[in-house]
Formats: sequence, C-alpha cells, structure tokens
Amino acid sequence: MFDIQTQLFESQDIRFGPIDHEKDPEIESKWTHDSEFMRLMETGPARPMSAALVRKQYEKLEKQIEEEKNLYYFTIRAKANDRLIGRAAVQWIEWANGNGFLRLGIGAAEDRCKSYGSQALRMLLRFAFAELNLFRVSAIVAEYNEGAIALLKKFGFVQEVCRRKSLERDGRRWDLLVFGLLNDEWRNQA
Amino acid sequence: MRDLFRGELVRITAEEPETYAKSEIHWHRDSEFVRLADSDPIQLSSEKKIKEWAEKRFEKGLQPDRYSFAVRTLDEDKLIGFLGLGINLIHSEAWVGIGIGEREFWGKGYGTDMMKLCLQYVFTELCVERVSLGLHEYNPRALRSYEKCGFRLEGRTRQDIMREGRRTDTLWMGILREEWEAMQNNPMVE
Repeated sequence: MFDIQTQLFESQDIRFGPIDHEKDPEIESKWTHDSEFMRLMETGPARPMSAALVRKQYEKLEKQIEEEKNLYYFTIRAKANDRLIGRAAVQWIEWANGNGFLRLGIGAAEDRCKSYGSQALRMLLRFAFAELNLFRVSAIVAEYNEGAIALLKKFGFVQEVCRRKSLERDGRRWDLLVFGLLNDEWRNQA
Repeated sequence: MRDLFRGELVRITAEEPETYAKSEIHWHRDSEFVRLADSDPIQLSSEKKIKEWAEKRFEKGLQPDRYSFAVRTLDEDKLIGFLGLGINLIHSEAWVGIGIGEREFWGKGYGTDMMKLCLQYVFTELCVERVSLGLHEYNPRALRSYEKCGFRLEGRTRQDIMREGRRTDTLWMGILREEWEAMQNNPMVE
C-alpha cells in the first residue's frame, strides 16, 4: 500500500521537529547535568554542558548535516505544546551500502517510561526504511542499558555483535552490543 | 627488550609522504585490494591529493590517539602495506586496520606477521586492554590470519554491505589483553 497520508513525523503524543536554537539549549543543558542520562547516551566521558556549549554543538551538527549529507537529526517534542522531550537521529549513513545507525534519547527522567521512546523509535524506523530507503539499520548500546535493549528487542532488532569489555566504567569493563534490523524484517512486522 | 618494530617477515616504518603516496597510488589501481580494505565506493585520487592525505595522516600520527605506519619486507626492504591504529584513550581500546597493497605478498604470512607486530605494539607500548577490527565476509584470508593472531569473532552485522549486487556481512573481531598475554606464554596456542 502506498501510504503517503499517514504523517511521518507525528504519533499519538509526540512529534519530530527541527532544532529550536532559542529554547532548546537551556533544556538540553539540563539533561547533560544528569550523569545517568549521559552514560546511557554516550560512550565518551559524561560532562555537564552550558546552554552556550549546547548552542555551539547544534551549529556543529547543522554544519555536519549540510556538508556530509549522511545525518538526519530530529528533536522529539510533545505534540500538545511543542515542549522538547528528546532527540533522535539516523547517522553514519553509507548511501552506497544502504546502512546507517540510529540514536535515540529521552532527556528528562520524568519523561521516561511513558512510551515516548517507543513512539519515537517507530517513527525513526519508518523514516529510515520508508523515506531514506535504507536496507538495514544498527544501534549500539552498552550491556547495562537495559531499557534500550528491551526497546530494540520489542521492535525486532537482533543482537548481532558483542564487543566484549569495550567500555570501562565504575571500575569494571562492560560489553558493547550491536543490534541490527533489516528493512524486510521491519516491513514484515508492520 | 624486544624489537617492537621488527617481525619475522616485515618491519614497521615511517615513510616520507612522497614515497608512501607513490606506493598508494599504485595499490589503488587494484580494485580488488581496495574492496577488501574498505567499504566506501572507490574514488581514484590524484597523486597530489594522496600525498596531502599521507602528510596529514602521518602528522596526525603524532597525536596520542592516532598511529599510522607503513610496512616493509625484511628481505628486500619493499614497501608492501600499511598499518593504522585509532586509540580510544578513555576506554583503553585500539581499532586497527592493516592492508597489503602489493598483491604478490598475499597469502604468504606477511599479513599475519604484520598483525602480530601490531598486537605486540598496542599491548606492550600503548598498553590498551582490547583491540578491535572489522572485515568483510568475502575476505576469508584475513579472517584466518586474524584468528591465528588470537582474535575472536564477536559477531557479524548481517547484509551490511552491497557489492556486485550482493549483500554481504561485516565481521567484527576482538582480542583482550589477557587473551594476548596467554598466547605469549604458550606459543602452542598457535
């Protein structure tokens, strides 16, 4: 079925939108002060960032989008009032090979476990497979990120690689897991 | 003390950019070599451009997280390939890529000797906890060689790459410090 009517960037409670350079940096700066969030999102060292630093990062991001053409970035917003909730992206796209990596984060603790992540991943997958026409997508998560692992499995992702002891945190080493989902697998679920 | 830069068949060298560029431009004529070494579509670059890249690469090699070397044979002192390392200093992990551009040196143990030298260098001089690499499934020669060096297959991203109209997997391997040390004490493992 050729479904052009169903909106790509809207779900029940949230929408994908662009960056708001005025309002978003303050909110995102708050997220960076939550070390748990940073350690779930990034493998690099967690560090708090000021709104000014976040603003610089947005500029870098937009420059990268323009120049490298292998990154699609969305802010996740509440449908009701446009409030910033999180971010989602398809990155490191190799067009010749039809592959890319997904990233997804719900920033504030009080917004987690409300199915926003699930709604965002559903939209992100449709975007990756039905708009970018990728053949497959990957997601990399640390073994301690149980929420992300459960979410990926719910959407049919297969654990493909276990990079043993790749991450050092809290005095021990952790595995990094790579999950993959193929366009066919996604389409057959829908 | 061990000679860090000398194996049984090859040695690690730093080349003048002009010398290296001459070899690399010759290697890049061999599309099979490039398709084994990389997953990007091949771009045939000018000698000038390759020289600039080589200069940049060798300069970057002076940073603590980038190492870029060339490899020469011991018996004829022929420049046959490269060895590149990227270090994640935070998590004490090295990513490695090697290649032999001179195809008459394929399948004769030169690659294995290069990788052994490389592992000795990263584990004893850079002191990382883990070494990682990726390869195409259509490169079984590399897989066997890396296994001989002690790497373990940690998974495969399914149908990752499109080559000649066929989707093929990318394989991911890793070796931990304790695994490498055990091999040094017990050469029978080979």
